Amino acid sequence: MKKEAIKTVRAFAIELVIYALLVIAYFFLVLHLLGQWLYQIEVHHRYLYAGLAILLIVGQAVLLESLTTFLIRLIRGRSE
Amino acid sequence: MFFPISGAQISPVYLVTIGFLIGILGGFFGVGGSFIAGPALRLAGLDWNFAVGTDLAHIVGKSVVAARRHRAMGNVDLRLGLVMAVGTIGGAEVGAQAIQMLKRAGNVNFVVSIVSIVVYLSISTFMIWESRKTLSSSKGRSPRSPAKGAKIKKDHSAFGPVTRAIQRVKIWPMISLPASGIKAISLWLILLVAFVGGVFSGFLGGGAGYIRMPSMVYVLGIPTHLAVGTDLFEIIISASYGTFSHAVKGNVDILIALVMHTGAAIGAQIGAISTQYFAGPKIRLAFVPLPLIGVVIVIYTMISGHKF
Repeated sequence: MKKEAIKTVRAFAIELVIYALLVIAYFFLVLHLLGQWLYQIEVHHRYLYAGLAILLIVGQAVLLESLTTFLIRLIRGRSE
Repeated sequence: MFFPISGAQISPVYLVTIGFLIGILGGFFGVGGSFIAGPALRLAGLDWNFAVGTDLAHIVGKSVVAARRHRAMGNVDLRLGLVMAVGTIGGAEVGAQAIQMLKRAGNVNFVVSIVSIVVYLSISTFMIWESRKTLSSSKGRSPRSPAKGAKIKKDHSAFGPVTRAIQRVKIWPMISLPASGIKAISLWLILLVAFVGGVFSGFLGGGAGYIRMPSMVYVLGIPTHLAVGTDLFEIIISASYGTFSHAVKGNVDILIALVMHTGAAIGAQIGAISTQYFAGPKIRLAFVPLPLIGVVIVIYTMISGHKF
């Protein structure tokens, strides 16, 4: 039982580290590539910006959910 | 880090941490966490209009992650969620109009503060009473084992007789909710619960999961795990509507929401998975401090006049 708990915590810690690295890379992509472009759209095309905002947040949610699920499967699968 | 849309300078580590904490709360309790996220964004230097709008966008993303996870565990009643979304959007508009009326009357802050204190305290008091009574009455009734799959979907409540009396109201049209184990319930009852939640959402801000989740359990008789998952699914639709509306008014900095959501994505999964290890009454008892945090924040802002 204790071994199992240690295994789960270790798998979770590895997942967090991989996730953090991916997220840092993603920050630079989002903020540097999308930042100014989104700002211009927000200023000039408000309705388009509103639609894009929802698409972006839903798209990111689906992407990150798939990524974390994949990481959990990959790491736990290897640690067992 | 500079965010050009709102013109704010906020540390991404702060945003990710707040997102992570709210993600855990949302995944576990089915709430948006706006009573923490809004003040947290304000604390970081964002104007209130941006704090409210950006928080809604972040709630959409977080709810997508948690609802997908809950759906995988069979905790989402899609039919119920879609019907509730209609009532919530209608209620949110009424709540927003009430705010506009109070704004014109010049007493919006005082009235909203008093209403929120009364509502949050009432929810917490009722849930303490109900979940403690349910837990004490169920002692010795069932063995203490980790809840698994369908076995945890049915839970009992000390408020059960009242819930069953409400469910006996036969106002046409009646619909069945097989995923929630309800054979027939009046469509109007569901719309009323969603509408009331929507009014609070429009009036007090955020997704109003703090009132909708308990209402689904106590009024509609939805098992707690399904109420949490379905509430999250419903929040995706109603918060998307709110996000669009706020974005058009120039109140959403989507870049902040995206950064915050990277933390929420993992927090929401942890929260959602954790529900497997707790019985319904325990989840409801653990929910109690959340509205109380809202009470503390509101009283603090009333006394100090400081909006964080």
